[in-house]
Amino acid sequence: MRFSYFPGCTDHSTSYEYGRSTEAVLKTLGVDLVEIEDWNCCGAAATHSINHLLSLSLPARNISKAQAAQAGPLVIPCAGCFNMLKRAEYALKNDEARRKEIEDIVQFNYDPGLEILALIDVVLNRVGLDQIREKVKKPLTGLKAACYYGCALVRHPKVTGLDDPENPQYMDRIMKAIGAEPVDWSYKIDCCGADLALTYGNVVQKMVGKIVAMAKEAGAQCIVTSCGLCQANLEMRQDAGLPVFYFTELMGVAFDSEKKNTWWKKHMISPKGLLESLGLG
Amino acid sequence: MEAITEMNKMDATFLEEAKKRSGEDLSLCYQCLKCTAGCPTAPIMDIRPNNIIRMIQMGMKQEVLGSSAIWLCVSCETCGTRCPNKIDIGVLMDALREMAIDEGIHAKEKNIHLLHEAFIDSIRRGGRVHEATMLIDYKLRSKDFLTDLVPGMMLFMKGKIPLLPSLVKGRGEIKRIFERCKK
Repeated sequence: MRFSYFPGCTDHSTSYEYGRSTEAVLKTLGVDLVEIEDWNCCGAAATHSINHLLSLSLPARNISKAQAAQAGPLVIPCAGCFNMLKRAEYALKNDEARRKEIEDIVQFNYDPGLEILALIDVVLNRVGLDQIREKVKKPLTGLKAACYYGCALVRHPKVTGLDDPENPQYMDRIMKAIGAEPVDWSYKIDCCGADLALTYGNVVQKMVGKIVAMAKEAGAQCIVTSCGLCQANLEMRQDAGLPVFYFTELMGVAFDSEKKNTWWKKHMISPKGLLESLGLG
Repeated sequence: MEAITEMNKMDATFLEEAKKRSGEDLSLCYQCLKCTAGCPTAPIMDIRPNNIIRMIQMGMKQEVLGSSAIWLCVSCETCGTRCPNKIDIGVLMDALREMAIDEGIHAKEKNIHLLHEAFIDSIRRGGRVHEATMLIDYKLRSKDFLTDLVPGMMLFMKGKIPLLPSLVKGRGEIKRIFERCKK
């Protein structure tokens, strides 16, 4: 199986361990990732907040690079980047005048045949649970996990078209397949505060505090995410000491990936104690 | 007399302009308040999302474009997902921010605006965001040097804020995109 791959700016910075665990896990699953050539920033919330046209044109350049690569559907691990590229795709598909304008700015011809997919969607629906189960060496028996989806993966549903926007299950199903126990809880799609963390840290502290408290109340020993900003906010703006994983890291533990110990060093809340207590260290 | 003065402050074209800029049919709102009920930042907004729509309908342009609410929206899209009339309020908030900038109305949440600008300028320089220079740039613009020093240092110590930027080769293409998307 082969996919075009958009790693995004945080791949070698704030979400370093997401990038490395993604590479390790997809290699185990026999998926080839072809990094698109000379990709640029997706534009993030900053562009769509104050410059709409730029917020469509920057992702469109990446779409043009993925089209040129002809290496299959475009897969994106970061939920934020995924959302930005899907917003551009939505405009390109549904607004002809806008499409022409963007094509002129980026100088390409849009091909609606290019699929743009979130990594979690590829893992669940393209690779599949049977393949995942087959690769499990150390099932995560006894690990209670609160699967946290946040905003960008599931909203706006007309744009992302992924899972159930009010009670998503993709991550829960993957966690079950690797032997963990996803808890039922009601904060899986509540916002972490996103980039308000840099301007209103005290507000984000409260938002994260509520999410972490609800995960604990549901009996979770950790939170699982698929977004760099969510992961950073959840880890850095809580004082409850609850570990926060990327879903690919837990898959790496179940597959007994060689380099998993290098990922834990990047965490603000070390998950080592938790993993060791379950014989998964 | 007071009521007449109030009426004079109303801008009858605001509703049409906001509809056009956002592409959302704001006349459909029947004030069910679902948007505000689900909004994670409504508690700190000066005008709640449902009231933003009502005030647009009434032509209260200065109040809406000068509000903190349009800057405190984090685009989580909970409102738009739940709106029974399919009004995408997150997209509306994006349009209102741009309208405020075009009108030269100062952002009531100055630092949020400055952070967006610092982030965009970082992309302009290298095609990709470089956290270290972007954060320093934001601190210089906002003159807020002390907030979040500890989390920043923690990230740096973990090697999560690289000193060297990762640059796009086709910076000419990036430059052209920025020029074409200039206001």
